[in-house]
Amino acid sequence: MKYFVPLLITAATVVLIAIAWVNSGGMERERMRSSRTSEEAVRLLLTQAQARNWDRAHALLANASDVEKSAFVADLAGSNGSLLTFANLENFDLWPLHKTDREASMRVKLHYSTAVGPLEDVRDLKVQHEGETWRVVWPTTTVARVAPQVIPVNYLRWDIINRGAEDDWGVQNVDSPQVRILSMNALQRPDRIVIVGEVVNEDTVPAYVNVGATLLRPDGSTFAQESSFDKISHTLLPKQVSPYRIDFPEARMNQVKSVRMDVKSLLVAASADPVIEVSDQRLQTDALGKNLLLGQLLNQSGQVVNIPHVVAAYYDDSGKVIWVSDGYVDQALLPQIPVPFAVDLPDDVAPKVHNYHVNVNYFNVNRS
Amino acid sequence: MRLFLASVLIPLALMICAAAAELRAPAQVTAGKSFSLASTGNGKGMLYLTGPGQASKRSVMLGDEIQIRGDEVEHAGRYTAVICDSGNCAATHFFVRAAEPAKVSLLVHPSRVRVGQPNAISGVAFVFDKFRNLVLSPTQVDFKAIPKQGAAVAQTRATQNGVTWIRLTSATKEGPAKIGASLGKVSELRVVQQVASEACNLRIKPDWNGGKFFAETEPVRDCSGNAVSDGTVVSFTKVDASGKTTVDVPIKRGVARVQMPLKGNAKILVASGVVTGNELSVEGRQ
Repeated sequence: MKYFVPLLITAATVVLIAIAWVNSGGMERERMRSSRTSEEAVRLLLTQAQARNWDRAHALLANASDVEKSAFVADLAGSNGSLLTFANLENFDLWPLHKTDREASMRVKLHYSTAVGPLEDVRDLKVQHEGETWRVVWPTTTVARVAPQVIPVNYLRWDIINRGAEDDWGVQNVDSPQVRILSMNALQRPDRIVIVGEVVNEDTVPAYVNVGATLLRPDGSTFAQESSFDKISHTLLPKQVSPYRIDFPEARMNQVKSVRMDVKSLLVAASADPVIEVSDQRLQTDALGKNLLLGQLLNQSGQVVNIPHVVAAYYDDSGKVIWVSDGYVDQALLPQIPVPFAVDLPDDVAPKVHNYHVNVNYFNVNRS
Repeated sequence: MRLFLASVLIPLALMICAAAAELRAPAQVTAGKSFSLASTGNGKGMLYLTGPGQASKRSVMLGDEIQIRGDEVEHAGRYTAVICDSGNCAATHFFVRAAEPAKVSLLVHPSRVRVGQPNAISGVAFVFDKFRNLVLSPTQVDFKAIPKQGAAVAQTRATQNGVTWIRLTSATKEGPAKIGASLGKVSELRVVQQVASEACNLRIKPDWNGGKFFAETEPVRDCSGNAVSDGTVVSFTKVDASGKTTVDVPIKRGVARVQMPLKGNAKILVASGVVTGNELSVEGRQ
């Protein structure tokens, strides 16, 4: 009898701990740790990546010895100040493509939340059955490294000294750059009106450009007003041309009589460096049936470009801009190392595309 | 009753008016110069002086000349002087005009202009006195345009309501042009940067160096022969078996040059802004 109470208390404590463990997801963790199916293996890996538990995630790989941990981390969480370094893996979807007793292929769609909006990344992963468990075979990539070298950069840089507040009235200032809208095309899309076109900096100094549009009703009153926001290369060097796109969600053409365009330019300090080559551009349909413009970006300069942004204009056979699409590239551009990009375009536009032009904008952590 | 009131009140009002002080101002007053107001009456009174950016009050002796200091009338415009004595007030208005021209403000637009643009440069001169009053009387302003090369051009223009202007055609050669306006010993100078116009006859040529292919423009000039500014973007487009490649390259030391890997035969196009250049067909290897 004297042992009854201590035993009872001990048993109750164990039961309570067990309940707490189950409630905290311990059962699920234990089940996933075992990875008895290929799906569980991928889920476990991505759950660890989501929690940024990189040591554990790397250890789960079937080919951990072949995959550099830094490359694995850079693959999922970015590096060199790229967009992924400012992103969180919010969730993921996965579905099997192919499966045997020994191996399986899984397609995963990673949903990141980033500073510039949601970002999706679709990957096909191979999963192997080893003993009692399944493990993911991660594609063997190495961290791209630039060979030690000196890259002389002697492109122009423009700095500005504006008129001071204490200067007398009439003292000369520097004028805003001359910019011009080259073309404008209003399109009715299923859920919106879209205005696309191109703008050029006609001046000899860099310009920070923003294009706005106002939809006017038949009575001349304003129906809606929007700007190109990030669907434009804002900083234009002399004679540089940028596509722009302005979206008016929920608007219909029959509600609008005319459009008033407005381009604003500011003189900004800028550099002609870096020069980014856009190579191997081609229109293609991906595995999911989406029409894509693919290519590679090559940073020809010596500095790292943290967040590249691709803005592409598509032309019909008469040279008219019929669509503008954009996309952020989730990898940083290291000097001389090509990085692939892809931007999509609507299915009904793709057959009409006769030509296209890609413009690369960029954002740097230290300067833009 | 009516007759009684009229016979008492009208003479009383006339007596009050006869006793009130009077104030007279000179016909012309110049900004910053002292002058005097003539007053009638006797005893002490109070002077109120209001004008643009100015209000003052002080005791004065009626019947004397009331001195107004120059620093009380530095701003041109309409002033009102009021003297009051025992509840009776008299007022006068006078205009202060600007003093001698002492300063010229010059607005020149634009700060950058393409070469050979007719009437593209405007210079507007405003004439002020030393108190920053706009001098409305006609004044001769000497304009001078001094190009980087060549002879200066001078013109004299009279102001109308304090302002005068000239229009100038930009030179055919690039470089800074000084635009000046002078008024006696004072002058103002502005600089207008005349810049090259659009690229003209844009041409590219192939260049093989160390087994690598480079596309390079000939020196990029406008139709007047001026070198297009360094930093101006030239777009190279290559179309070959691998697809399409575009590079936006800024002009450096007068030319734009880019390395492009080739796969088989390729076609290379060049453009700068809305100007397109020649088309180059190259073979993959030399």
